[in-house]
Amino acid sequence: MRTPIFFLIWLAIGAAVFAVSLAIGNDYIFFAGYVVMQYVVLSTAWNILGGYCGYVNFGSAAFFALGAYSTVAIYKLITENDFYRMPMPVLMLIGGMVSGVVGLGMGYLTLRLRGAFFAIATLALAVVLQTLVVNWDFVGGSRGAYIIRPEQIWPIGNYVRYLFLIMMLLAVIALTIARLIEHSRLGYGFASIRDDELAAEASGVPTLRLKLIATTISGALMGMAGAPFPYYIGYLQPSSTFGLDYAVNSIAMPLIGGTTSWTGPLIGALLLGSLQQIATVTISSAVNLLIVGCVLVIFVIVAPNGIVGLVHTYLQRKPDDFVGRRHVEADVAGKVP
Amino acid sequence: MIFSFDLLINAIVSGILIGGFYAAVTSGVSLSFGILDIVNIAHPAFIILGSYVAYAANSSLGVDPILASIVAMPAFYVLGAVVYQVYYTSFEKRGQESLRGLAFFFGLLFITEVSLVLYFGVDYRYVDARYIGPSWHFGILEIPLRILVPCLVSLLLMAVLQLFLTRTFVGRAIMAVAQDQLALRLMAVDPIRIKRIAFGISIATASLAGAFLIIIQPVEPSVGREYIGRVFAICVLGGMGSLPGTVIAAMLLGIVESLTSTFYGPSWAPAVSFGFLLLTLAVRPAGLLGR
Repeated sequence: MRTPIFFLIWLAIGAAVFAVSLAIGNDYIFFAGYVVMQYVVLSTAWNILGGYCGYVNFGSAAFFALGAYSTVAIYKLITENDFYRMPMPVLMLIGGMVSGVVGLGMGYLTLRLRGAFFAIATLALAVVLQTLVVNWDFVGGSRGAYIIRPEQIWPIGNYVRYLFLIMMLLAVIALTIARLIEHSRLGYGFASIRDDELAAEASGVPTLRLKLIATTISGALMGMAGAPFPYYIGYLQPSSTFGLDYAVNSIAMPLIGGTTSWTGPLIGALLLGSLQQIATVTISSAVNLLIVGCVLVIFVIVAPNGIVGLVHTYLQRKPDDFVGRRHVEADVAGKVP
Repeated sequence: MIFSFDLLINAIVSGILIGGFYAAVTSGVSLSFGILDIVNIAHPAFIILGSYVAYAANSSLGVDPILASIVAMPAFYVLGAVVYQVYYTSFEKRGQESLRGLAFFFGLLFITEVSLVLYFGVDYRYVDARYIGPSWHFGILEIPLRILVPCLVSLLLMAVLQLFLTRTFVGRAIMAVAQDQLALRLMAVDPIRIKRIAFGISIATASLAGAFLIIIQPVEPSVGREYIGRVFAICVLGGMGSLPGTVIAAMLLGIVESLTSTFYGPSWAPAVSFGFLLLTLAVRPAGLLGR
């Protein structure tokens, strides 16, 4: 399928979802739907680096929060004084740019080393950025910042509906980018890094440059997902914006769905995201995070290729699969580098 | 900023003492990440678990927190051995430790933290012991016993660990498993068993480190996250698995952090370890006493 057609099909699906939500007429659908769409973007973005390249990013919350806080900074700079409101797409672009640049810088410092160092550095990045924001009084510091959401916007009406629509559009764009990468030279380069970085380097794949591209795209998409967040939540506070639940969700969703293609993060985010929305309303938010953690651990142990992998093996049902063979070899030879 | 000599000396001394405590916190990661190449990012969560075990024993039975944590060490050892066995069978054996192994430990970190929140709540908890409160004074120098005691016990722990690793058969086998697993197998030693023992010991140190943590500062379940950057920074700077290197790096970080919080304010201290880590990775990835 050509990329423009793919994009248009998903755009049509998005429009249909929006129309159905409008027909239901309950505003809660838009509130919950926004969060689910936000997770679709976050998990797709995570998967571009984590699933395609095999580099684990624990700092999704940091990139997300960078986007959110760049919106707050612009709000404090312009909107509060001049009553001029920057359009949301512009805010998202700015948030994306900030996160993308930080992703690039971060990658440049750590990606030349082993994968584990990158993972640890991303974890530390979240802590450091949180420290910076807590100490930066202009964006509210540890007290947090209030953003006044406009009630109405032309021509959609209710602003939350507008936010939902724009996040869905971003999700469609993110999915298209992910699929485009998957079927391009870039995607094959990423896959070669994931499977054997040394061999890829030896065959002339510019691994560092590819990894930097992946970190930048992934970071930028996460920042774009974070940019509308202050308008959605109304009150932004460092400890919740940098919360571990964004990091764990954006890792759990692709791993549960399956990391090798764009469908995995989508399935994972839709399933886990909706489940969480339901669990938050019916049980409690702490318990629903515990559920996510347990589901993540069970899935990585039992179903290494996620739901997509399960479906795949069910359809093919080969008795001697790749994983099984690797496992026997590793057992006989020990771990010889 | 008015420069004060008293303040400087006190900051350096308390940095060294805190560094001694950091050494105990990092020793487990030096074993698992430095020697065994297992990226156990859940280690700080196990430390917080150790803090809560010490807290529970202290508040209900009135036991000394350090004593309670030493008693709890075998249980932590077993926990570590079980975690390693799961990790080995599901990831290392299949050659999938990089992506899924990391996610596994991240999940463990998350589960431990949320379970502690659900059981104990998010309030700060603290322990009682005779050495918490009083300080020793030497002229301008003030040494709080609540930091001195953990520091000394921690240095003792490091010495015991170092002796164990260099003098005993199992300890030497642990050092060997890091270098050549196949050779170890040819010497009729089961590398998996050795690694299981090493990982068990690494988690057992978390029990003691947890007790130190709750003696030094009040603890709530998410405090552990601040230590992730710290322990890995120290481990990398110390040269990945060298225990003397870990002690030196821990004291360096302790001094720098203490100076930062004295002269710029404590809210900046968490950023120091990240700067440390990035600087080390960029300038000297092998660490101070690298293998």
